[in-house]
Amino acid sequence: MKKYNNIQSVLKIRELRKSFGDNHVLNGFSLDLYEGENLVIMGKSGSGKSVMIKCLVGLLFPDSGKIEIMGNDIADLKQVDMNILRMQIGFLFQGSALYDSMTVRENLEFPLRKHKEMYEKKDELVVETLESVGLLSAIDLMPEELSGGMKRRVALARALILKPKIIIYDEPTTGLDPITAKEIIQLMRAIQEKYNTSSLIITHDIDCARVISNRMILLIDGVNYAEGTFNELANSTDKKIKAFFK
Amino acid sequence: MAISLKISQNIKSFFLEIGELSFFAIRFFKEAFTKPFEFKELLRQCYNMGNRSILLVGVTGFILGLVFTLQSRPTLLEFGAVAWMPSMVSISIVREIGPVIIALICAGKISSGIGAELGSMRVTEQIDAMEVSGTNPFKYLVVTRVVAATLMLPLLIVFGDTIALIGSALIEYLKGEVSFLLYFNKVVKALKFSDVLPATAKSFFFGFAIGLVGSFKGYYCKKGTMGVGEASNSAVVYASMLLFIIDFIAVFVSDIFFEI
Repeated sequence: MKKYNNIQSVLKIRELRKSFGDNHVLNGFSLDLYEGENLVIMGKSGSGKSVMIKCLVGLLFPDSGKIEIMGNDIADLKQVDMNILRMQIGFLFQGSALYDSMTVRENLEFPLRKHKEMYEKKDELVVETLESVGLLSAIDLMPEELSGGMKRRVALARALILKPKIIIYDEPTTGLDPITAKEIIQLMRAIQEKYNTSSLIITHDIDCARVISNRMILLIDGVNYAEGTFNELANSTDKKIKAFFK
Repeated sequence: MAISLKISQNIKSFFLEIGELSFFAIRFFKEAFTKPFEFKELLRQCYNMGNRSILLVGVTGFILGLVFTLQSRPTLLEFGAVAWMPSMVSISIVREIGPVIIALICAGKISSGIGAELGSMRVTEQIDAMEVSGTNPFKYLVVTRVVAATLMLPLLIVFGDTIALIGSALIEYLKGEVSFLLYFNKVVKALKFSDVLPATAKSFFFGFAIGLVGSFKGYYCKKGTMGVGEASNSAVVYASMLLFIIDFIAVFVSDIFFEI
């Protein structure tokens, strides 16, 4: 396993707990995401992966535990400061979540509205970002005119436009055919290399995990069940771990 | 026993919802008066609401004026009071029937539209995406829609009332050979400041209620696509109920100030 002792952690989660009534979803989950790293989190449906990333960006409040993003404990942040911090985080939603009343251009311009300097250069930035996902020709189309793969690319461009330090991918290849899924994975790698972002990737897709991960965490029953590189986990003899790699 | 338990649960959830709606309204006022203001989106919403409702309001107003005049005519003729038709119709329409009927039509059109739009944005994570990008979705989506509905409803009501009076004048012209000029002269003479002001004032509250309920139902929509339908449907029911409550209060208050 690659050692990250000398590399700075951009995201730190400690003992995260979250319950919905009697349903204890997260039971003390912890992780460190290092600069420039691609960390994949795998777990069964309902294991708390989505809840964990929603806690990370402040869409849900954890019952206890600590989340530190680039040295800021998010529990101590005011809403205004949290919004500023959110600009450092790109989020690719599972269903793309494009604003369907806006064109592709307007979708990309939307996150820039709160950033005065970048908003002044919005045309340039939109073109540059769309070029990096290979979809400049779709600039004036509406989301309903795009295919599933194109929507995912536009959503990725929207997540990238503020040049974030961290990108969170929520099941980036779910619902796509194998060829498009492969293209999206390649695109994620290219983006990571170009922008040197740290990526937190939630996925069920073994191929995606194999190609993109530097490190993996298996989330079972709301805790980190196992951690290591893809090969380390794939060669494990533990039954629960093996079940993921069948 | 089971029935009484269900009734008590329904009453409890009703009051809980009223409480949540009140908090939602408080948040609206907090956000509405703090910068930044979303003027561009507000104008877009005003245009959409007006544009989408104007035909429906026009047709409803016209038919309202026609039917009201046709139904009243025989009774007034019987008492030899048909000359009072423009006064009676204008006061009834401007004071009460016009604002209430048009607001109910708009509750169906605007409130359900907002409920469905925001509801589908909620279930497809578009609202979450706005929040994650550092934008305040409440300000962008809710404040603009509620303000737009508050501003547009009075305009739609004035437009609907005018069309209703034109419909009424048309019947009077065809049946009683009263010219449009004479008809509208009588309308202007009959209408007083105390008829127009309370009606206009309450139409702002109608608009606010329509926008607020639609936004509340859509913004907190749950249970996937089924929830979108529920949000849209219950937005109309709650908004309509609220309109009658506001109307009652408005009549009560205007009675104190203007002695109807």
